[in-house]
Amino acid sequence: MELFEILTSAAFWAAAIRIASPLIFATMGELICERAGVLNLGIEGIMVAGAFAGWIAVWAGLPLWGGVSVAFLVGVGLGGIHSILSVPFGLSQHVVGIGLTLLATSATFYTYRVMLPEVSTPPKIDAFQPFHIPFLSEIPFFGPALFQQTALTYLAFILVGVVSFTLYRTPLGLAVRAAGESPAAVAAQGLSVTAIRMGAVMIGSGCMAVGGAFLTMSAFDSFFFDMVNGRGWICIALVVFGAWRPGKALFGAILFAAFDALQIRLQQTGIGAVVPYQVFLMMPYILSIMALIVMSRRAEVPAALMVPFNKGER
Amino acid sequence: MRLEPIANPSLARRLTLPALAIVATILIASLLAMIAGGNPMAVLGQILIGAFGSKFALLETLNRATPLIFTGLAIAVAFRAKLWNIGAEAQLYAGAVVVAVLGTGALQLPAPALLTIMALAAMMAGAFLLLVPALLKTRLGVDEVVTTLLFNFIFLLFVSYLLEGPLKDPMGMGWPKSARLIPEARLPRIVDGLRLHWGFAIALIAAIIVWVVDAKTTLGFEMRAVGQNAEAARFAGIPVTKVILKTALLSGGLAALAGFSEVAGLKGSLTLDLSPGFGYTGIVVAMLALLHPLGVVVAALFVAAIFVGADSMSRAIGVPSYLADIMLATALLCMVLAILLTKFRVRRD
Repeated sequence: MELFEILTSAAFWAAAIRIASPLIFATMGELICERAGVLNLGIEGIMVAGAFAGWIAVWAGLPLWGGVSVAFLVGVGLGGIHSILSVPFGLSQHVVGIGLTLLATSATFYTYRVMLPEVSTPPKIDAFQPFHIPFLSEIPFFGPALFQQTALTYLAFILVGVVSFTLYRTPLGLAVRAAGESPAAVAAQGLSVTAIRMGAVMIGSGCMAVGGAFLTMSAFDSFFFDMVNGRGWICIALVVFGAWRPGKALFGAILFAAFDALQIRLQQTGIGAVVPYQVFLMMPYILSIMALIVMSRRAEVPAALMVPFNKGER
Repeated sequence: MRLEPIANPSLARRLTLPALAIVATILIASLLAMIAGGNPMAVLGQILIGAFGSKFALLETLNRATPLIFTGLAIAVAFRAKLWNIGAEAQLYAGAVVVAVLGTGALQLPAPALLTIMALAAMMAGAFLLLVPALLKTRLGVDEVVTTLLFNFIFLLFVSYLLEGPLKDPMGMGWPKSARLIPEARLPRIVDGLRLHWGFAIALIAAIIVWVVDAKTTLGFEMRAVGQNAEAARFAGIPVTKVILKTALLSGGLAALAGFSEVAGLKGSLTLDLSPGFGYTGIVVAMLALLHPLGVVVAALFVAAIFVGADSMSRAIGVPSYLADIMLATALLCMVLAILLTKFRVRRD
């Protein structure tokens, strides 16, 4: 009965949408990279860097959207490092990605310690506040669940539309998808596979960083070291779950966030008194693995994912 | 630009480029030290002094290198076969949990028997933990990078549950830690009075065994063949799936030995901060060693020296010790690029 009450409350779905927002940004970012043929395992570190960059920029006096832009640019820069090593040089995308995550994470923590040497609790900023969309937010149930979120959440949903439209309805999107499916065909058209892939990795990494910034600028109002906590890896699973399609990946992110919101609420019910809290905290990771297993047989992996392209070779 | 293979890279090229990678790393670290308000020469000097400057410092470096040799070997073995095991952290804790279960009084045996049983059981636990993602990879094609990474989070939560529940030390004043090991379950020190335990010697032996397996046995040949080209290996009649699963067992077992050696050798009990990311640092160690088992020993000593030295430098000069992590990540990326450039020439088109 408790379960039914939880699932039919607008507050629960509002929380699910809020939890989904950073995942949507980062999942779209990873999807762009992978559609162009590059697996970006730097995602976890890029999210950490984005979370810190956006927050510290606002703390230093920039307006909130300035902070979001700074986070995006930091992501683009880190994506630039990844793409130089993984695209023209064709280095192992596993090694480059893990290396970038280590680099971005440690550089973030270093910068934090240099900028705030004597601080025991990190300062707070005035984060994004919920924005009630006129009329829509008045609709019963759907209003409070969907239309009383922060501006960054609305941006996440807009991003899904933009990515979807660009990938499937524009020449640029066609070129990106072709770079991930059949790079030789792209080169035969006189386009540069290297440029397309590098661009996709940089833009995608920017989106990941904004996903990180959502945590410090909308979900919370401060930066903590273990704040990203594996969300990047979960987003990689979400891209697979979404079969490399933006719409399906959005659905996956919301479904996943709903489970996450549910486990938080179940901890406070009768079940939570019996089951150790660690079991609830494990759920997101276990769900991600199950999603990978379920989708493994049906996945339509981009054919050239993780295959470097060197024009000299045939 | 495009890459053109070099038929016979000269010795100068093969030596200069990796050296340049180290120089680049040092330059970046110096720059970062200056940003933090430190004098680069003083910072780098203090790192060296902190790692090698006294008997205590040197032993600390050797102690820190011990778990890194194990995790570095685990990852080198796996990466050679293109099995992307990023879950060494969880496998390390699996070994540590087994030691905390068996070594706190559950088994009353003389030390040699107890230590042998604990080490073997720890290896089995770590091997099993990697076998699951390996089976998911070979049976269903699920990418092992993500599953092994997610296993780290799941297993750490499991350890947290154990330390607050079944394994909690009743005398621990409420801290989430296990009871202390009984004396028979402790790895003795190599030399009386010096803080260096047998785990270090076992790590060296493990590196030699892995090297022999790699260089002299059929399994080692098959593992490399699968890593270089799985399709070709299959065509040549190598049972690819079996080789991947054997690699997983070996890799998981080696990573678990890091947990065994840390609990039985250094710490004497299990806590949630047993490993400050030895599983992840093992990736850097393995890559810097170019996945060579004996190179892992050298790389682990180098990495441990930077960590121990940076801690001491941070206390003395005040530049954050995260500088060590940045140096290692930079060294990793510069080194893989340098190795590539020893084999290929960049041509403009």
